[in-house]
Amino acid sequence: MVAILLLLAAVPPVAALLHEPFYLDLLRRVMIFAIAAISLNLILGYGGMVSFGHAAYLGIGAYAVGVLSHHGIDNGWLQWGIAIGASALVAAAIGSISVRTSGIYFIMITLAFTQMLYYLGVSIAKYGGDDGMRLNVRSQFSGLIDLNDPAEFYYLVFAILSLFLYLSHRLVNSRFGLVLQATRLNEARTRAIGLSPYPYRLAAFVISGAMCGLAGALLANQTSFLTPEFMNWTRSGELMFMVILGGIATTAGPLLGAAGLLLLEDVLQGWSVLPKWVHEHWQLYLGVILVLVVLYAKRGLAGLLPGNERDD
Amino acid sequence: MTDALLETRALRKAFGALIATDTVDFDVRAGETHAVIGPNGAGKTTFIKQLSGELRPDSGQVRFAGEDITNLPSQRRSREGLARSFQITSVYRDFSALDNVALAVQAHAGHSFRFWRPAREDISLTRPAMQVLEKVGLGKRTAILAANLAHGEQRQLEIAMALATQPRLLLLDEPVAGMGTDESKRMIELLATLKGEKTIVLVEHDMDAVFTLADRISVLVYGRIIATGTPVEIRANQEVRAAYLGEDL
Repeated sequence: MVAILLLLAAVPPVAALLHEPFYLDLLRRVMIFAIAAISLNLILGYGGMVSFGHAAYLGIGAYAVGVLSHHGIDNGWLQWGIAIGASALVAAAIGSISVRTSGIYFIMITLAFTQMLYYLGVSIAKYGGDDGMRLNVRSQFSGLIDLNDPAEFYYLVFAILSLFLYLSHRLVNSRFGLVLQATRLNEARTRAIGLSPYPYRLAAFVISGAMCGLAGALLANQTSFLTPEFMNWTRSGELMFMVILGGIATTAGPLLGAAGLLLLEDVLQGWSVLPKWVHEHWQLYLGVILVLVVLYAKRGLAGLLPGNERDD
Repeated sequence: MTDALLETRALRKAFGALIATDTVDFDVRAGETHAVIGPNGAGKTTFIKQLSGELRPDSGQVRFAGEDITNLPSQRRSREGLARSFQITSVYRDFSALDNVALAVQAHAGHSFRFWRPAREDISLTRPAMQVLEKVGLGKRTAILAANLAHGEQRQLEIAMALATQPRLLLLDEPVAGMGTDESKRMIELLATLKGEKTIVLVEHDMDAVFTLADRISVLVYGRIIATGTPVEIRANQEVRAAYLGEDL
């Protein structure tokens, strides 16, 4: 885990040396999705809540930045604060209903709410409707950090990622985290020892939504562009895939999963050493690789790491 | 019945046309070990689930320490001091034995909205958990994943989790079910050490366990209690003998 973070920290100087700024952009994107996947892993991996609507919070975070910017408010503290707050509120509303259910019902309810938000985004012409909108200015942090500087932006995302990895590690091993895992492992037993699952699961759902909202705010700044597609159900599926690919309920899993999926996509689409028939049908080959990983690496990519620590 | 810790009054539960619990009046005195026996399909599990709160009766009342708990869900009953073990082993298989018991301690140590300190390093949880594990004979197996414990040990772990909640009453649903002779002998010895210390409701098929441990026995047949009495009285009861069709009591 530490080795991976050190590698990531070394990327900007190396990329500058090689005159390959593209990699900075790619890895920043990986880290932003890793943050979103960490938040999803909290409820899906540790809490056993299969949220098929986690892209909702990416969208809310992104729109918080986009809409405020549209109205001339570029203050990053405010934008990101609202991104987190609004995501937490929406998660509380969706969670208060969905967390009472489980299994397929939970999946369908979270999916339905996210599709509602998606169509809301599509229908508001003022904010670009279907086409989305450009972000004219990236979030401003009173001169403290300049997000237009690729390396500064990179290190900010890196710092947030590291912080969230540490926070989620603390959280899942705290009293709260153990109760959350207990509700996943055996709900009847959890009630029998005197714990109500509902408040703990709801709290985890809200924390997870808030974390993902920040990832959304980062993503809007990354692409300088946002569309309702951020909230599309396929995006939720991608996040789920990152968590499963990386190794469910592991600390490093979400980062490895996000890196694995996005880098594979990039390699299959772009690397000129690969034959043309790979580029043309890259999704097909991506699918095959993913199926193999799921079949043969039971604990995902994290299970292949030496040491392969597991928090539960 | 002033000394009853747990009692039911006219408890009734039907599944369609099948009356699984038929106007059951039942009482457990503080300090006694009270066994509930009955042939297969007599409604024992349905009955104990209404005591633990997993099922709501159609009518009637469940009272615990003088309070009406008929409508309390199981987690609330646990907090009132009613602990249960399951007929089919129910532990956290991916947690260590110590984690399993520490979580039961934690469940009764205030709320768990504590997000920062590692719970596994909290000796206010692990110390009492270790003590209970010692008591049930798992003192040397604390670090083993529950899934990797032998069947008998998992049953012991269940008892440990129930004890860790410091209950006033233990509901044990077939604690020796599926055990080999040695294992069940050890479990009976363990339960004998708890007898008198705790009030126990024991639902059990194993007649050795029942007649070794019980102060009183209630016999459930087709949802009705047909007899309650001391082991000697129950052995001599003609109706009970008929219900068991000559099985050796």
